[in-house]
Amino acid sequence: MKLQERLEKKEKEAMDAFERTLLFIEDVTVSFDGFRALNNLSFTMEPGEMRAIIGPNGAGKTTMMDVVTGKTRPDKGSVIFDQRHDLARLDETEIALLGIGRKFQKPTVFDSHTVFDNIELALKADRHARATLLWRETEREERNVDEILKIVQLSAVRNRLAGSLSHGQKQWLEIGMLLAQDPKLLLVDEPAAGMTDAETQQTAELLKEINREHTVVVVEHDMAFVRELGVKVTCLHEGAVLAEGSIDEVSENERVVEVYLGR
Amino acid sequence: MLDVMAIDLHYGAAQALRAVSLKAEPGKVTCVLGRNGVGKTSLLDALAGQHSVSRGTITWEGRDITALRPPERARRGVSYVPQGREIFPLLSVEENLKTGFAPLPRAERSVPDDVFTLFPVLKDMLRRRGGDLSGGQQQQLAIGRALVMRPRLLLLDEPTEGIQPSIIKDIGRAISYLRSLGNIAIVLVEQYLDFARELGDHFVVMERGAIVYSCERANLDEGALRRAMAI
Repeated sequence: MKLQERLEKKEKEAMDAFERTLLFIEDVTVSFDGFRALNNLSFTMEPGEMRAIIGPNGAGKTTMMDVVTGKTRPDKGSVIFDQRHDLARLDETEIALLGIGRKFQKPTVFDSHTVFDNIELALKADRHARATLLWRETEREERNVDEILKIVQLSAVRNRLAGSLSHGQKQWLEIGMLLAQDPKLLLVDEPAAGMTDAETQQTAELLKEINREHTVVVVEHDMAFVRELGVKVTCLHEGAVLAEGSIDEVSENERVVEVYLGR
Repeated sequence: MLDVMAIDLHYGAAQALRAVSLKAEPGKVTCVLGRNGVGKTSLLDALAGQHSVSRGTITWEGRDITALRPPERARRGVSYVPQGREIFPLLSVEENLKTGFAPLPRAERSVPDDVFTLFPVLKDMLRRRGGDLSGGQQQQLAIGRALVMRPRLLLLDEPTEGIQPSIIKDIGRAISYLRSLGNIAIVLVEQYLDFARELGDHFVVMERGAIVYSCERANLDEGALRRAMAI
């Protein structure tokens, strides 16, 4: 093959790979006071995928989520969503409206509203003042909420105040609120932290269920939970990808072992 | 002697510690190991009284201190070097050290010579603002401040995190020296296994808020320890 053809072939392969991505992060660097939280990070997600992100403290997990959701702007590099939106140029609201939802580690539900109302408040809708003031609940919206309650297994407690839920139920409620926005991509930060074993197991099931229709990124420290998910794992370290593969491949990787032993 | 019996700790409804039991003796270093997010810092917070436990008891020098506030524990010799050091950036090194006077009777309010013997750099920088020190120097300052309190129980949370190798050596030497004094019980939280192994007398590994592995220096099984810490 001639050089010209080879180059064209390579370019085409790169284009094909790009066209299969929902999230495309390339060479992203973020520095705080000279500390490189992300260091030429490249990372891609295909539509429909679920991915677990692991890594020691300071690996860049949270900063990566911050960059994707527009909370932090990269110093350099590209972050492309759905092959056409350059997230580095958009603000947090615009990114949320594109269909990227994020759940923070600590549950932030409205404690003094019912479970049902919490989900209803999160539904995708016109949020301009006039539309909000004149809003009336439609049958379709009620059905939507019911469906979400069923997915997050909170139908039985729909009329309870969110403040009275267990820790696990609050986390599921917030995942439900995320679903209510009908996002294309869900970012979920340590959903299993502080849960009982049974809740952890149930959360893994829930995320697998959600993954049938949504693309999901899960940041998690709990390895039993990551194993339960049974998806591809990306291990970050010092702001870049250290290893990627199944949990067994990653946990047998010598570099990963060293990093977790603090070497 | 510190005797922690089956403590639970919650943040709201989320459980961070599950029936953790631990002992620490004067002249010994108890190492708490484990990945991030497994509950190591929560354990130290519980020992220092920064966060109350929801179950279990903490006994120190024969008395139940479970319900005592942090300053009351400090007066009983409990001294905490938190992760991220938490020195006062706008106070000078000297002023930072003097903040350790708070729990001491007036007659004992002096900086012990040991602090400057262990960390000579602090003597050179007494007038410098804490915030202008390097990360490693700040760590030394934080340990120095804890020593000013004349601790009998010293809690150290990842003193090597983000610190350059030469200063890690200094910190390791300081911990060895404090152990050799024989009157301080030291609890060292670490993720840096090699550092902990050099210093530790007892080792415990945490996972999901519970202790999943423990051993003594004499019967240390490196492979088992590594398996418990890695993923």
